Amino acid sequence: MNEYKEISFNGLWKNNPALVQLLGLCPLLAVSGSVVNALGLGLATLLVLVGSNISVSLIRNAVSDAVKLPAFVMIIASFTTCTELLMQAFTYELYQILGIFIPLIVTNCAILGRADAFACKNKLIPSILDGFAMGLGFMLVLVAIGAIREILGTGIIFGNMHLLFGEAARSWQISLFGENYKGFLIAILPPGAFLVTGLLIAVKNIIDAHMKKRAAAKSKSPATRSKRVRTTDNTA
Amino acid sequence: MLGQSITKNSLILGGFAVVTAGVLAFTFSLTADKIAEEEKRAATRALSEIMPAHLYDNDLLSNTREIPLEQQQLLGLEGDEKIYIATLNGQTTAIIVPMIAHDGYSGAIKLIAGIQKNGQITGVRVLSHRETPGLGDKIDINKNDWITTFDGKSLTRPKSERWAVKKDGGEFDQFTGATITPRAVVNRVKQTLTYFKKHRVQFFSQNDGNSSGQEN
Repeated sequence: MNEYKEISFNGLWKNNPALVQLLGLCPLLAVSGSVVNALGLGLATLLVLVGSNISVSLIRNAVSDAVKLPAFVMIIASFTTCTELLMQAFTYELYQILGIFIPLIVTNCAILGRADAFACKNKLIPSILDGFAMGLGFMLVLVAIGAIREILGTGIIFGNMHLLFGEAARSWQISLFGENYKGFLIAILPPGAFLVTGLLIAVKNIIDAHMKKRAAAKSKSPATRSKRVRTTDNTA
Repeated sequence: MLGQSITKNSLILGGFAVVTAGVLAFTFSLTADKIAEEEKRAATRALSEIMPAHLYDNDLLSNTREIPLEQQQLLGLEGDEKIYIATLNGQTTAIIVPMIAHDGYSGAIKLIAGIQKNGQITGVRVLSHRETPGLGDKIDINKNDWITTFDGKSLTRPKSERWAVKKDGGEFDQFTGATITPRAVVNRVKQTLTYFKKHRVQFFSQNDGNSSGQEN
């Protein structure tokens, strides 16, 4: 049971693909202009990651090391294309907005990274959990960045949610600063993505440092773990 | 020995290729109809937004006309965009003209405009653009309703010299901090109206007694 907890914590916080491993930054920065875009891409990535982890774990004994990587890439590419087709069929407008970033999920290093570092060495259940935790960790960061940029840049949040959840979601939009809010433009522009991501990483580091201090004070024994939590566990 | 392992590995990879191709083919066949339907619906929605329902009773998507090469330039076009013909009881009532403004702030702005027989605009929409978010992107109906100021306008209303943004002495609003984008759109719409005036005969002359819809 402890192992599962560890895997979840690893994906969601300690080794968060976006904030610690800094993987998949291209989509992270490019489509985090609003919550709906971020959520759409986050869900797609999550789906591909879980799917690829499942299949990689299932076939882990059947492929030799020599053809391991091409086989994984093939699996990931086919899951991505399936996701792309499904999004095109069921969330057509969102698909149009996210555009090239859906097929680019193939190149998201977080996915191949998990296949190579975790799924091909572990049993099915832990692999599913790992894919889910990593994907969720990635998605949460993506949505957080999207929310911050949307609020600062346009003064509203949850705009255009009907693209993902159907017409009923049109009313979810909340205007925070009233009609006359001009918008903090840089938040929506590309530099805003870098600024917000940097801020989130900083906040995470502060929290980590704080927790470490508390843990150290509690046990009274000096922490033996490495100072920076920037490990990428068993990735090469 | 080496040969054996190469054979084995290529068989494994080949097997993977077959299985993944099968999965893709399956998903594709599941979604193909739905995707085609969604694409059609999206295209129809864009067209019907700028063409009032009382002006046509045909299927706009299937009643199109190619634009002759020498005329494409007048509209700034460079591809295979088509003109959509709206007919009511077999009579052409309006057309939807595609156009591209190339002098925006950042890349081409693709637009469509519905124009009635009498030269009056029924609506203009931006199909795609890369203008600055928060500034130039107000030409997008999802961001701002500025684009609806074209509704009902024609070459004579306002007068030709007033067909410009306010900064240039015209009567169309520009946006705070963004003049280039609306200027490009206004100019393009004006040029398209000029094109329409010059070439309208080819759409309305042979006022088609024969049934509409077969001019692909």
